[in-house]
Amino acid sequence: MEEERNSYRVNHLAQLESEAIFVLRETAAQFEKPALLFSGGKDSIVMAHLARKAFHPARLPFPLVHVDTGHNFPETLEYRDKYVEEIRADLVVGLVQDSIDQGRVQEEKGPFASRNALQTVTLLDTIEDNQYDACLGGGRRDEEKARAKERFFSHRDDFGQWDPKNQRPELWNIFNGRKHHGEHFRVFPLSNWTEMDVWQYIKAEGIPLPSLYFSHKRDVVHRNGAMLAISDVVTPQEGEEVEKDAVVRFRTIGDMTCTGAVYSDASTMDDIIQEVATARQTERGTRADDKRSETAMEDRKKEGYF
Amino acid sequence: MSHEIPIDEGYLDMDLLRFTTAGSVDDGKSTLIGRLLYDSKNTFEDQIEAVEETSKKRGDENVNLALLTDGLRAEREQGITIDVAYRYFATPKRKFIIADTPGHIQYTRNMVTGASTANLAIILVDARTGVIEQTCRHAFIANLLRIRHVIVAVNKMDLVDYSEERFEEITKEFEEFASRLDNIVDMVTIPISALHGDNVVEKSTNTPWYEGPTMLYHLENVYIGSDHNHVDARFPVQWVIRPHSDEHHDFRGYAGRVAGGVFKPGDDVVVQPSGFTTKIKAIESLEGPQEQAFAPLSCTMTLEDEIDISRGDMIVKANNPPKKEQVIEAMICWFSEDKQLQPRGKYYLRHTTKEVKAIVQEVKYKVNINTLHKVEDDTTFGLNEIGRVSIRCSAPLLFDSYRRNRQTGSFVLIDSQTNETVAAGMIV
Repeated sequence: MEEERNSYRVNHLAQLESEAIFVLRETAAQFEKPALLFSGGKDSIVMAHLARKAFHPARLPFPLVHVDTGHNFPETLEYRDKYVEEIRADLVVGLVQDSIDQGRVQEEKGPFASRNALQTVTLLDTIEDNQYDACLGGGRRDEEKARAKERFFSHRDDFGQWDPKNQRPELWNIFNGRKHHGEHFRVFPLSNWTEMDVWQYIKAEGIPLPSLYFSHKRDVVHRNGAMLAISDVVTPQEGEEVEKDAVVRFRTIGDMTCTGAVYSDASTMDDIIQEVATARQTERGTRADDKRSETAMEDRKKEGYF
Repeated sequence: MSHEIPIDEGYLDMDLLRFTTAGSVDDGKSTLIGRLLYDSKNTFEDQIEAVEETSKKRGDENVNLALLTDGLRAEREQGITIDVAYRYFATPKRKFIIADTPGHIQYTRNMVTGASTANLAIILVDARTGVIEQTCRHAFIANLLRIRHVIVAVNKMDLVDYSEERFEEITKEFEEFASRLDNIVDMVTIPISALHGDNVVEKSTNTPWYEGPTMLYHLENVYIGSDHNHVDARFPVQWVIRPHSDEHHDFRGYAGRVAGGVFKPGDDVVVQPSGFTTKIKAIESLEGPQEQAFAPLSCTMTLEDEIDISRGDMIVKANNPPKKEQVIEAMICWFSEDKQLQPRGKYYLRHTTKEVKAIVQEVKYKVNINTLHKVEDDTTFGLNEIGRVSIRCSAPLLFDSYRRNRQTGSFVLIDSQTNETVAAGMIV
């Protein structure tokens, strides 16, 4: 018994990994044309890493799909291109600029314009154009209450809508991906992971992340309580407070127009894990500002990617 | 999260325990989960503030911790089907996944779903009412789904003056009933008050006569390692990896998740259903060759001989084959609201990584889940009904009894018209 306890013990990260790999392989096996949504954020990087493990030594049996708003951090795109080359994956980029040029969406005007809301259309168009029947996403059930009952295999009707009344029970590790023509699935291999699990896994596996996640110096502008990186698409307006060489990092990675930085000197994985473990206390005081940007990020995920 | 996780190597190496909670509507299940999250410091401060505020507004005497799991309540108000909600928390020792199944009409279906992946079930009993019909139903389902570990939480002890006598009485009642449930190998009864926090996370001073563990202590320490079958080697092939690259020109890897037993390079194996024998050449991974693979790990194996193997086949040890039958007997639970079981109707049966067509040949009996008596004269099968059937498949299944192996003994039935999952089955 003692011997068995030691030799067949599987820790929480290994169990989560094994489950996620199983779901990735089920997706490849059950669907004709799956795709993995890749934003360059940590969750999608973990997804791609797991997919490599699942199909090694073959290449991924599905492409990575990135919806490029044109307002990405250069660091994100640099990471994306390097990573895609390293793992020899196919990359499909849906450009929001194309959607704008085609008149599919109307771009916001003015100095505070964001393409945040537009990318949903680009994503759905990209799915339709390429006829993907399953999109793998990095959504987790711990993200918020409403997601607590989301399935691994989330059924969407032919309008791409999620019908909470029509979700299939999932038992053991049997996943039912049967569908009628035109219907598709969103698949969430990280369903049972928490944010902390994701960080711990990144650390345990030594997965490199875009430099944006780590503490660095950057010029920022304080806008609506958020701290935005100054760039071509975010220029300080009159009356806005500009801070040179602020010591910051990004907790989530999205558009430059709406992803707020946080003050942080967390420069290693351990620093970040410690910060995540205690974040909710310190965040409280600056909730109005920081939260807004974080929820904006979450909304984008919900409407667009998930 | 306000919980400080120590930064040493230990935190990367926690156990994982999945549990489900069962209770009737007023047994205080939401309060218990809220209490576990709150007392183990797994709640965000803004969540607590919101709950305090709402409690105050509603004029609640105590902070209503049930509100912490309020997502479902909102759904109920919106009239959305409520089923299993999954919640997460961690202590430095273990990560926990709770399958929270609300206690209402569709309870059986939801509890069966939540129980299918759980190592442990918490069954709540109201100290005032004791073991009632519903308690027995919950225990029956836990046993049916082969949950080995059960905590009977005798809740609302504050309302019976923390009476040791009452607690012992309930413990005895439950034990008498549970002695018939042979899958439950480990059962503890804990006197608690979810409302006041007695014996949930902190040991209560109100129950000096109770010498057992608190609920969290038990959740953190109960040994669950033997829940997986490490005896009968079973590897359902999920996907065949063929890189078609110069570097790995002849590589043919069989990918899957070990459903039982242990596999090592050099093992003599049989590929079912073809019956070809060969040896395991290597267990591959991105990090290089592995020494072994066992349940529940995902892995990729290569074999010494080139054999035609595809998804749905099963690699097993030569001296220990699974059963191979075209007609199976199983306990099933019916899940569909819209359609009853169609006698002689065709379904898809999904079992491990294999799918076959199936016809339900005969309903042997149903179980009245309130009395737990067999019903033999009524063979219609509707939502939430449980019973024993025989099923004929279009091809033989490779299986073990559910009692022996949860992965190779379980299946679902899928309606061939709607593609809905309409039943869950456990092979007898």
